[in-house]
Amino acid sequence: MDVEALSRLQFAGTIMFHYLFPPLTIGLGLVMVVIEGAWLRTRDESWKHAARFWTRVFALNFALGVATGIVMEFEFGTNWAAYSRFVGDVFGSALAAEGIFAFFLESGFLAVLVFGWDRVGPRMHFASTLMVFLGSCFSAVWIVVANSWQQTPAGYHVVESVVHGVPSFRAEITDFWAMVFNPSSVSRLLHTLIGGLILGAFFTCSVSAYYLLRRRHERFARRCFTIGVIIAACSSVLALVTGHEQASKLAVTQPAKLAAFEGHFETGPAGLYLMGWPDAESGRVRYGLAIPGGLSFLVHWDFHAPVTGLHEFPESDRPGVWLPFQSYHLMVGLGTAFLALTLGTLPLLRAGRVFRMRWLLWLYVFAVLGAFAANQAGWVAAETGRQPWVVYPSVQNGVEIPGLRTSDGLSESVRAGQVLWSIVMFGAIYALLFAVWVFVLNSKIQHGPDERASEPGSDRPDVRGILASAAGRVGHVGSMTEAHGEASRAGGGA
Amino acid sequence: MSHDALSLIWFGLLGVLLIGYTILDGFDLGVGILHPIAKTDEHRRMMMNSIGPLWDGNEVWLVTFGGALFAAFPPAYATVFSGFYVAFMLLLFALIFRAVSLEFRSKVVHGGWRRVWDGGFFGSSLLAAALIGITGGNLMLGLPMDEHLVVEQSLTGQLSPYPLMVGALTVLLFSMHGAIFLYLKTEGDLQQQVERWIWRAFGLFLVVYVLTTMFTLVKVPRAVQNFEEHPWLWVVPVLNVLAIANIPRAMFKRRPAYAFASSCATIAALAFLFAAAMFPDLVPSTRDPAWNLTIFNARSSEKTLGIMLVVAIVGMPFVLAYTAVIYWVFRGKVTLDHASY
Repeated sequence: MDVEALSRLQFAGTIMFHYLFPPLTIGLGLVMVVIEGAWLRTRDESWKHAARFWTRVFALNFALGVATGIVMEFEFGTNWAAYSRFVGDVFGSALAAEGIFAFFLESGFLAVLVFGWDRVGPRMHFASTLMVFLGSCFSAVWIVVANSWQQTPAGYHVVESVVHGVPSFRAEITDFWAMVFNPSSVSRLLHTLIGGLILGAFFTCSVSAYYLLRRRHERFARRCFTIGVIIAACSSVLALVTGHEQASKLAVTQPAKLAAFEGHFETGPAGLYLMGWPDAESGRVRYGLAIPGGLSFLVHWDFHAPVTGLHEFPESDRPGVWLPFQSYHLMVGLGTAFLALTLGTLPLLRAGRVFRMRWLLWLYVFAVLGAFAANQAGWVAAETGRQPWVVYPSVQNGVEIPGLRTSDGLSESVRAGQVLWSIVMFGAIYALLFAVWVFVLNSKIQHGPDERASEPGSDRPDVRGILASAAGRVGHVGSMTEAHGEASRAGGGA
Repeated sequence: MSHDALSLIWFGLLGVLLIGYTILDGFDLGVGILHPIAKTDEHRRMMMNSIGPLWDGNEVWLVTFGGALFAAFPPAYATVFSGFYVAFMLLLFALIFRAVSLEFRSKVVHGGWRRVWDGGFFGSSLLAAALIGITGGNLMLGLPMDEHLVVEQSLTGQLSPYPLMVGALTVLLFSMHGAIFLYLKTEGDLQQQVERWIWRAFGLFLVVYVLTTMFTLVKVPRAVQNFEEHPWLWVVPVLNVLAIANIPRAMFKRRPAYAFASSCATIAALAFLFAAAMFPDLVPSTRDPAWNLTIFNARSSEKTLGIMLVVAIVGMPFVLAYTAVIYWVFRGKVTLDHASY
């Protein structure tokens, strides 16, 4: 394989591993807000224990998100130097905003969230939980804005700069808000956030269903399961709406990408495939099962309206078809399944019928894997479908601006052997990290929420307890994966 | 504000981030380097737990530094990160492996198991500290950068004597800094041992510091150019020497907090001297000084630097407050309980 293929493989692998965590923290953030809100309203201590449990799970995933996120920041420079020079000026402001506001805001309040149970009042604690949730949504804002800008650039011009007599081109920002609100950023951001909510909700359901099947922490599990199913059902509906909105925009902003998603080669009325095996060489979809005119209808509300096909584009400007097609259909298929599953479960929540249906609970234990897969598949489709461009060409104020091809974004000095070596190293070290994640997550789930009522006086600040436990906490991959209260009790999460 | 002023401010802010990172991550990398010297399992656990809640917040400063460099001076970020491909990949692996080692070590009570992760914790801390120094040393020397801003240099080419010496200096500086930090966080038996490590680390650091200073004056003549134009800069090396001299004095007088402040000042001064030696270059080219990447030809547009400055002014108080809160919560001596590493 050449440097381009290897660098793309490395970036894909490292970002997919990273992307296990951020959507999960977004989704769990909402679950924590709901649970802690219930505690604030009812002052029922068992809600507090539930909130503490999810806080611990959240903190672990947050820490892993941070650890794997550093890699992404390095790779822009190490593997994609030409790309970094081209986009640096535009990315700059978005990245700075992300770094300062989202990341530090979130980390700062997370400290209160994890360590502050006995140090701040319930209202302040609830406010911190809300800020952490908003912070994790906020950090999605900037990275999705930056990515959307690459897909549908706006608010910039390309400037020729001459350094040492060598001319080069780079994008420079002309209008910050036009860059932020580029044509695709809002709908893509909403869809991404909703994907996170679905994942967090299914994760909650999975853990709760496991407890119910094992007859452990049943009161906790029933409550959390109910919350999870309701969030998952609402989000699945919203995912459908925002997904549709995005797909119909694609017809205008990135028609080649939409054509690749649906395996649509010749311009004309387009079908909507349920499944198939697209073959770019012969220009058709084998074994396809399609609704005739379905895509035309979705985009134009007319079964006969023409949709631009891939063959409209010169061969060098076409994305591959197989991977975007399959990952897009995997996402859509899973999304539809979530909708059916959660809407079907809602009526069963009444009178707790669902809690007696063991097969359905087992389904929920594993459905979270589908939610992980759907989030990943969505991004695979988004990123492979926009090839061969890393920054799409665009028209600004009537002027055509050339894009940047992925193959032109590479580091000039990096060799295939070096990238291959680093891929092998990443494989080994991420396998270890994955083992840590599963190991610690499992120990937290096995430990479960604390169900004992808290000891009298535990609500007043206990300075010695905080210091002792803080200094001797189980520090996980991150610094804040243990609430101090757990450590000061017997049998912490270790 | 003019474009030039904004460029200067961002060079300064990068310097602040670099100082923040080296002071904060310096002591926890140092604790990792000292780790195998501790003889008993209990002592080793105390050491790991002294940095337990702090180290990943410290690494956030590195992330912020990288992001700020990318945003403010994209060509410099691109050239350095791609030019140091192998070294930076090793740095990433070291940082992640270190996290894994901390996490795994104390999960199983078995001698062989713990020895493996002890080795991992030590090796990755040492490697990370050395690579930071080696990168700095190479930047001081300049990189073989052509007019297309491309650096073609193998890792072995980057392991020449001067960068290796700066790498050694960094390792010893962080070890001394980490030892003083440990002295503050421990008591009794372990604290007495740590005191001996401080003296040894200090002695070794002093020798390599003097050698590196001489080596720099011989090998990197442009290091003092800015000092000739701006004589006030000489205040910094003088303060640096005073800070170094104050470390043994404070330890002798049993004022470890002053010693720690002095080692923080030493690191800050060295990072400052590095920035002063580089200015206004970000990446000097050894092939033709006309090809240097400077803060003026590698900067982002005026608009971008301005937006980022607003963001930084609004956000910096949060950053500092966050750091202060975490350190306040985790003040005091380390003790072990069932939930420790």
